[in-house]
Amino acid sequence: MKRTIIATVNNTSGVMNRITGLFARRHFNIESITVGMTENPSVSRMTFVVNVDNQRGLDQVIKQLNKQVDVLKVRDITDDAIVARELALIKVVAAPQHRGEISSLAEPFRASIVDVGRESVTLQITGDQQKVEAFIDLLKPYGIKELARTGITAFKRGTNKSVFESPKYSIIN
Amino acid sequence: MSPKVTEVDGRELKVENQEMTGSSMLIQALARENVDVIFGYPGGAILPTYDEIYRTGIRHILARHEQGAVHAAEGYARVSGKAGVCVVTSGPGATNVVTGLADAMIDSLPMVVITGQVATSVIGTDAFQEADVVGVTMPVTKHNFQVREVEELPRVIKEAFHIATTGRPGPVLIDLPKDVSVASGFFNYDQDVDLPGYQPTVVPNKLQIKKLAEAVTKAKKPVLLVGAGVLHSKASKELLDYVEQQQIPVTSTLLGLGAFPGSHKLHLGMAGMHGTYTANMALHEADLLINVGARFDDRLTGNLKHFAPEAVVAHIDIDPAEIGKNVETAIPVVGDAKEALRMLVEVDGRPSACDEWKEQVQQWAAEYPLWYNEDDTTLKPQRLVEMIYEETGGEAVVTTDVGQHQMWAAQFYKFDKPNRWVTSGGLGTMGFGFPSAIGAQFAEPDKQVVAVLGDAGFQMTAQEMSILQELNLPVKIILVNNASLGMVRQWQQLFYEERYSNSLFPIQPDFVKMAEAYNIKGWKVENPNDMQQTLKEALDYNGPVLVDCRVAKEENVYPMIAPGSGHHEMEGIKP
Ligand SMILES: Cc1ncc(C[n+]2csc(CCOP(=O)(O)OP(=O)(O)O)c2C)c(N)n1
Repeated sequence: MKRTIIATVNNTSGVMNRITGLFARRHFNIESITVGMTENPSVSRMTFVVNVDNQRGLDQVIKQLNKQVDVLKVRDITDDAIVARELALIKVVAAPQHRGEISSLAEPFRASIVDVGRESVTLQITGDQQKVEAFIDLLKPYGIKELARTGITAFKRGTNKSVFESPKYSIIN
Repeated sequence: MSPKVTEVDGRELKVENQEMTGSSMLIQALARENVDVIFGYPGGAILPTYDEIYRTGIRHILARHEQGAVHAAEGYARVSGKAGVCVVTSGPGATNVVTGLADAMIDSLPMVVITGQVATSVIGTDAFQEADVVGVTMPVTKHNFQVREVEELPRVIKEAFHIATTGRPGPVLIDLPKDVSVASGFFNYDQDVDLPGYQPTVVPNKLQIKKLAEAVTKAKKPVLLVGAGVLHSKASKELLDYVEQQQIPVTSTLLGLGAFPGSHKLHLGMAGMHGTYTANMALHEADLLINVGARFDDRLTGNLKHFAPEAVVAHIDIDPAEIGKNVETAIPVVGDAKEALRMLVEVDGRPSACDEWKEQVQQWAAEYPLWYNEDDTTLKPQRLVEMIYEETGGEAVVTTDVGQHQMWAAQFYKFDKPNRWVTSGGLGTMGFGFPSAIGAQFAEPDKQVVAVLGDAGFQMTAQEMSILQELNLPVKIILVNNASLGMVRQWQQLFYEERYSNSLFPIQPDFVKMAEAYNIKGWKVENPNDMQQTLKEALDYNGPVLVDCRVAKEENVYPMIAPGSGHHEMEGIKP
């Protein structure tokens, strides 16, 4: 099953290495990792999309992340009301006569054309994974020359409380 | 703030709250952490620190290989419960301690290892003796640091000792670039550790403790499995109190030996691949399994599909990630074993009604004890361990290397007291046994320390005999010499149709002469009838000794759970 996990980590050198090393050596299956700064410059925020077999596998991912000294908080937000977005840049083959058509495809997705070449156009789309994938699918028939996706970054909707204010993950509920 | 003076071995160290170099800070901080011995080896990048060691006179033991230093620090840590400290240079010095770090990591030994590093200005340029030590050791340390600014150093050292010795203990590495160790900064060690990402849960949840107590009341066939966590949390007394209160049969992992008295009537012996029939059958038939501080290693569980099939599993561990990792756990208890056991005693739940079960267990123990065929003509290694037990009155600190002799030592030496047993369990590191005995002797200068070693493993770190010679350290080396890689030979016999690929030694060194080269008194014993007398002499001898015991070459360790089998499928039980 696919789960979305977010973590806040100390913004120290090597922290990315610690996390990816951990995932590799424990054979955790990650689909994407994004990392970026937060409102606090000494803290970074990571979003992982992981593939686990079962609840026990998921528990292990969360517990092993929690064990890292540089990991401050970890939370599985898959079942929460969240805002999850990724950005994709897609370069498609586009002869001049196809550009209008492509542009009209982009509109309902609120994608935009960010670059135009002689034989191609580059589109930018943001949205949840489903939306991004649907859009990519639509463009496939034109021929995708290059594709770059950022992976999901996410947080909880609504309330101004941080998702991390609930108690730290514990296996005793 | 007024400057403060710290003393080490009667000598004054630098005063605190003033400017000093990074290497001064390091030694000052080690003194403040009550480090009474450093094991190490110098080299270019760590020279400023060695200069400080020279000037302060802090005790440093020069190993003859960094692996010797790091295993000595492990032995010291295991026996003393304090952090073992090891200092080595950059590049090859640092990579030589990687095995020791991995060993300490998997066996949860508190260690602080300081590695020199090339100057920050050349890091990343493939400078002379540069290695990415932080990268290399990330997976085999509990945490590691590279110090970039001298001002960070006091905080980093304080955090390193804190992380190494609290929660689930483990090794922490500090990579110290040469320029940082000569730079000057203000030293203040009176700061609180502030690690929001590292907050081990010590006190267990009361409800979980109650649940566990209720499960015991309901159980008909309870078993308690004791791991090294009990030793790390110094909870032997609480464990004994609990077991006496609840009258639950106890079994131990390899590393947990000694946490519960081996000769106690409720002790079923060690469980696992070469454990007792009784312990393994008890695990197999138990309806409640209480794991205290063990991590369900595969050498303990055998095939997980057949592991404790009837049991409700309760698991007390300070590391939540161990709970449910290998075995589905119904009653998780996150916390310190000492606290948990104390709370369980306090709850004073109604014990299981399990007289029948205890009778069953006693019956197994009577019918299928550990065994071997006695022999007048060859020295049986099992008998050798028994003799060591008899001659030391069970009071020695015993260290072992890895292989058959390790299993025989675990089986036939009855550990009644904690912290007398030092062995490489999780990593199975050959070369560990001898240097760890040196560290153990530093932790317990007045106790007899006996290193029970295989002839092969001894040769991996034999150079450390130099330390014995130099300090007249009375470590007793007992070689269980079967002229082979015994455990490898056993597996080749059992699982590779006796194709003994590279496991038999056609020639061997003269071990007695080797010892004599280091001015260590040596004996060779071939006749089993001479063994006890020689052993007595060697153990009584005032100084280091080596006894080369020529044991039966084809002896196998039994009983055994073959790989892939379950606890109920033991082979080689007493006929
Ligand atoms: C560093 C290392 N290399 C290889 C092994 C694999 N191994 C396990 S036991 C063993 C044989 C050990 O022989 P010896 O030290 O003579 O002890 P014995 O089994 O004969 O008692 C070997 C090679 C190991 N555990 N560690």
